[in-house]
Amino acid sequence: MKIVNITKVALLAIASLMLMPAQADYPDKPIGVMVAYGPGGATDFQARIATLASGKEGLIGQPIYILNKPGAGGRKGWNWFASEASQDGYMLGAYNVPHFIAQSIVFDTKYNIDNLEPLGNWGADPAVLIVGKDSPFNTVGELLAHAEANPGAVTISGAGKFVGHHIAFLQFAKASGANLTYIPASGGVDALRMVKAGETVAGFNNLSDSARSAADLKILAVADLTRHEYLPDVPTLMESGVDVDDSSVNFRGLMVPAGTPQDVIDYLASKVPDMFGEKKTVGKMKATNSPARIMTRDEVVSMWSERQAYLTGLLAGLQ
Amino acid sequence: MEFLNYFDNVFTVYHIALLVGGTFAGIILGALPGLSPTMSVALLIPFTFHMKPESGLILLGAMYTATVAGGAISAILVNVPGAPANIATAMDGHKMAQSGKAKDALHYCFMSSFVGGIFGVLILIFFTPPLAALSLKFMSTELFWVAILGITIIATLDAKSVIKGLMSGLFGLMLATIGEHPTSAMERFVFTDHLEGGVHIVVGLIGLFAMPQVWNLLENFYGRKNEVFSATGDSTLMQSFRLVSGKIKALSIGSIIGSVIGIIPGAGGQIAGIVAYDQSKKVSSNRSNYGKGEPEAIIAAESANNSMVGPSLIPLLTLSIPGSPTAAVLLGGLLIHGIFPGHDIFTKNTEVVWTFIDSLIIAQILMLIIGLFLSRHSKWIMKVPDNYMAVGILLLAVFGTYSIQNDYSDVLIMFVLGTLMYFGSKAGFSPVPVVLGLILGTMTEEKFLLGNMIGNAKGSSFQHFTSGTINLILIVLCLASIAYGIYSSRKSK
Repeated sequence: MKIVNITKVALLAIASLMLMPAQADYPDKPIGVMVAYGPGGATDFQARIATLASGKEGLIGQPIYILNKPGAGGRKGWNWFASEASQDGYMLGAYNVPHFIAQSIVFDTKYNIDNLEPLGNWGADPAVLIVGKDSPFNTVGELLAHAEANPGAVTISGAGKFVGHHIAFLQFAKASGANLTYIPASGGVDALRMVKAGETVAGFNNLSDSARSAADLKILAVADLTRHEYLPDVPTLMESGVDVDDSSVNFRGLMVPAGTPQDVIDYLASKVPDMFGEKKTVGKMKATNSPARIMTRDEVVSMWSERQAYLTGLLAGLQ
Repeated sequence: MEFLNYFDNVFTVYHIALLVGGTFAGIILGALPGLSPTMSVALLIPFTFHMKPESGLILLGAMYTATVAGGAISAILVNVPGAPANIATAMDGHKMAQSGKAKDALHYCFMSSFVGGIFGVLILIFFTPPLAALSLKFMSTELFWVAILGITIIATLDAKSVIKGLMSGLFGLMLATIGEHPTSAMERFVFTDHLEGGVHIVVGLIGLFAMPQVWNLLENFYGRKNEVFSATGDSTLMQSFRLVSGKIKALSIGSIIGSVIGIIPGAGGQIAGIVAYDQSKKVSSNRSNYGKGEPEAIIAAESANNSMVGPSLIPLLTLSIPGSPTAAVLLGGLLIHGIFPGHDIFTKNTEVVWTFIDSLIIAQILMLIIGLFLSRHSKWIMKVPDNYMAVGILLLAVFGTYSIQNDYSDVLIMFVLGTLMYFGSKAGFSPVPVVLGLILGTMTEEKFLLGNMIGNAKGSSFQHFTSGTINLILIVLCLASIAYGIYSSRKSK
């Protein structure tokens, strides 16, 4: 009997040790980052580069591993992250704006901007309007003139529904007033193939991927507020006379679920932007043509709520 | 003959060590269900971050080559294909293993993989520019007809009865509709959160093949009717070589079909093996032995899935459009080293690209040697008692399923589907048409919907699907395949 009791006490002692506040010596073990897309995709690939430096002295101080949970356009992973991921700072998540915000508006998801806490932003990939290299169109104006003469005949591919490309399309169609047809391909690569092959008349695609394929494409405009350093000669949509802002830019960064202790969030938020800005990491991002834009937690919080307000209005007309 | 100049770069101690290590690990990983070629290459990419570009690519290429061949090992020994590409191999390969010829079956598999693999790399070396242009001609409508062509062979593939084959195929097509609708992104047939992402192809593959095998083994064990796989006089390496080199027809059908499917964006090796199996069956004089342990069947299927590797890199390297799911992951591996695919890749990154391609040839040779060496030890696996074997397969199935998307729901789906399949197999249903339905269902639906939207925008959807040379050829092939199916089932009555 006594032995049993001693064992019980010992077990209790061990258990209470394990239940000690996690933040006391946080972080004392490797940290996971949930990516809602499969291995090899742009988000996965960039997340691996952006978190390379995490183990360094003065940064987070522990190595980061990637946990892929793909499915249903990211919904599966983000649902899991918001409802089941541990809230002790040992499971971070990668976000894609505007994707997850648009999905949380249109679908019945378990996540929204209120139950997720951003830590920092590493990249921003604007959508660009592209046509095949043999296309007769050389400017946005020519494309729109053709659309006016042939309502519905101008097909524009993108990486699926409620992703950055789709948002860019909706904005473009609304601002230009043209009757255009959106073709939701099964991913960015397939959407790009459609334009290169001439299957669709045009497409919205990632600036990074399109800039790499410049030999097979004509890039007509960038859906951002300013021209991009990779494509200094390509005008913005606004410069081309269509009033489209930067709401479709694909922002990527890290977040934790709401409910994570405030001091853990503060700790991570103070380290994450420096980790993204580490010299080697910046070099690797540049070498792989991944457009970087480092933002702090406060900047991301306001960016999220701006997008939330804008997308609610844009998508309201669709349902 | 520019490619001959870069073999020097491959033959360094470091690179050969990478090749041997990558090939050996690839064969083992490929043999584990769930750790498909795509997954293995994806897992390896971070390890190449710190290597020089050519070293990293050599390792990834060796891995890609070897995992595709390795998937045949588990298909033959335990009737669980390592990846969708090896489904066709399981049908006859495991039958051979059951009659004590596991080693022979593995010999055929690695020898024909080698022939197909070399053929594919030579296509990559000599025909890249024209084939890159051809691969762009496969658009949504063409891919739709390719998928339909695959569906026409479902019924006659592995069924004792055409009706049961059709029913299993239909069940697979229905499974494919669970989850996200391809163009509206709405969810359908999702009754529980577990089905949120639909049924992943590899989850279905493991469930439908591995679970019935587990139950069967346990049934045998407790029924005390232990099958003894006595080796019925294994043939020597030389005899296997003579047999394989005599099967020119099966080898060329496999290699050519695999190469053609390799350059079609997105189709990939998943269906190369099965299409080659079906075509070689139609022209074989041993037709009636297919499905019962026919060497030609293994040779056609394995030469096809390995010859797909080289050509699947053609659209990847020149157009940045991957020809298979694994090639898609490889794109990340190229980018990380600052190698951007494009028409100028051979002039801009001459040394790295040619060294990579040359290393693929060496990888094929190493795959053959290591594969044949491992075949010698296959008898140890065949001697494992049924109860241990059942537990081993169960462990691998659960581990492999979970590792695909790190999702417990997948394990449940695998378990439920597999148990259903166990009862189905008692009633004479085969898992092959179900998996094929699952693979092709997704592709058919998506390509039809996209083609239809584009066709409507152009004026007439019907005309969009029925014009163009490649579309017409594919439609004729579909009709011929259906007609042949009806003809052969009438004749066998």
